[in-house]
Amino acid sequence: MGDQNTSMVQKYRNDFLKEVEANVEEGAWVKMCMQCGVCAGSCPLGPAWEHPPQEIFMMIRAGRREEVLKSESMWMCTSCYNCIVRCPRELPITHIMHGLANYAHRLGLAPKMNPTRRFAKIFWDNIAKSGRVNELELSVRLYFMDGFKAGVLKGLAMKDIGIGMMKTGRLNPFGLFAHKGCKDIKGIHKMLKKAYEIEDRKKGFVA
Amino acid sequence: MARKEYSFYPGCSSERRASASNYMVSVESMCKKLDIKLNEIPDWNCCGASIGYAQGGELPRHVMNARNLAISEQVNKGQDVVATCAACWLGAKETKDRLAHDSGLLAEANEALREAGMNLTYKGEQEVRHMVEVLIEDLGYDELKKPVVRPLEGMKIAGYVGCQTNRPFGIAGESFENPKYLDHLVEIVGAEPVTGYDQKVTCCGGALAFSEPEKSQAQIKKIVESAYDYGAEMIVTPCPVCQMNVEIYQGQINKRYGTKFNMPVTYYSQLMTVAYGGSAKEAGLNGQIVRASRLEEIAAKNR
Repeated sequence: MGDQNTSMVQKYRNDFLKEVEANVEEGAWVKMCMQCGVCAGSCPLGPAWEHPPQEIFMMIRAGRREEVLKSESMWMCTSCYNCIVRCPRELPITHIMHGLANYAHRLGLAPKMNPTRRFAKIFWDNIAKSGRVNELELSVRLYFMDGFKAGVLKGLAMKDIGIGMMKTGRLNPFGLFAHKGCKDIKGIHKMLKKAYEIEDRKKGFVA
Repeated sequence: MARKEYSFYPGCSSERRASASNYMVSVESMCKKLDIKLNEIPDWNCCGASIGYAQGGELPRHVMNARNLAISEQVNKGQDVVATCAACWLGAKETKDRLAHDSGLLAEANEALREAGMNLTYKGEQEVRHMVEVLIEDLGYDELKKPVVRPLEGMKIAGYVGCQTNRPFGIAGESFENPKYLDHLVEIVGAEPVTGYDQKVTCCGGALAFSEPEKSQAQIKKIVESAYDYGAEMIVTPCPVCQMNVEIYQGQINKRYGTKFNMPVTYYSQLMTVAYGGSAKEAGLNGQIVRASRLEEIAAKNR
């Protein structure tokens, strides 16, 4: 992962905007931001962002690469799409934030302990495994990501909700063993492998 | 033959013993009453949801959706794809949109798709629609009112639209800031909508309810509190994530803030099933953690 970062730094030198335009989903839109701040004011988690979207956009143009990619900010996005529909310049801000977070994660620069980064990884691994969400496994992995003791404590804190979900038939108590998933899961695995290959090639990631 | 027929993408949370299994039960009952036939896309997979972005990136995420749509094109020819889940709808529609405007990405998606079984190619032939869109546009409010035999008289209900059935695509003719369709549906089933409900499109935190529970629960608190302020006795929503987040964390919010929330949160399809004469079981009301007692009482009445 560190190598990926070094090779990108060498490739783009001081032009972080160019790097974002080439490698980040919808990154070509970044330069269209006119710094009005409607996105920041529209974000449900706005106060939790160290750098709101319009600031991130300006930081990209100013070449503050490390600060942007190591930021917790993008990981506060709840995918509510408020910023997208309100942006007067119609920037796909939600997607750019997702794209930046994904890029930082791929380069190994994203904050290691950020809970949303960790949950997002657990979620994708969960669906990629069987093709469909296994909700019990997802919750168990999330609770136990900080080790056994922390997991037991979190599990206890969530006990009432879990029991409520099971009692109302909305959580499978045997989900760790009885989850079916997709029939063509082998095909899905091959398909995803190919998709990663293509994306890595396109974005210049070393395999 | 059924009046309307669709290629159906139920999504992970709709599965048996999953978090929105009650939604699924009520959708099936509602569609039966309305003579709508749903043909499930065989072997459909997860849409990747929004939170899939971090590990899934761009192409892998679109390929997951393209697979569902390609299977649908092959098996359920000539039908529109209908999703009941907001995230499934958004994910699939976003992929359709992106692939329609980016021929390079389309070619790459198809290259990856060839690796999966069933000899799939995604062409982009079918529309991707949400269930409420189909109800409103293909049947219309008048048709939806006809089967009502048991109006939910005297109930005051807050229509919580949330985010992803509303933004960025939304329902045609509705505004992002104050969509009215859910209020119309509440009216149709004979209940009174809370017209001034000011948290109608507030985000519940989505997937961050898991990873940032405090921030998310602050959002949920506003959503439930506002419903109480306007005199609502129930919240109704079209989204499985909204439903779950707003319902199941009320206990934790009560502990954290000293509130006494006990607000039932149901789906539009549950209201419609009961109003159409269905039983509590047919409406999936046994799946509520905060029991919808008034609705259960109405469902127990003779029609």
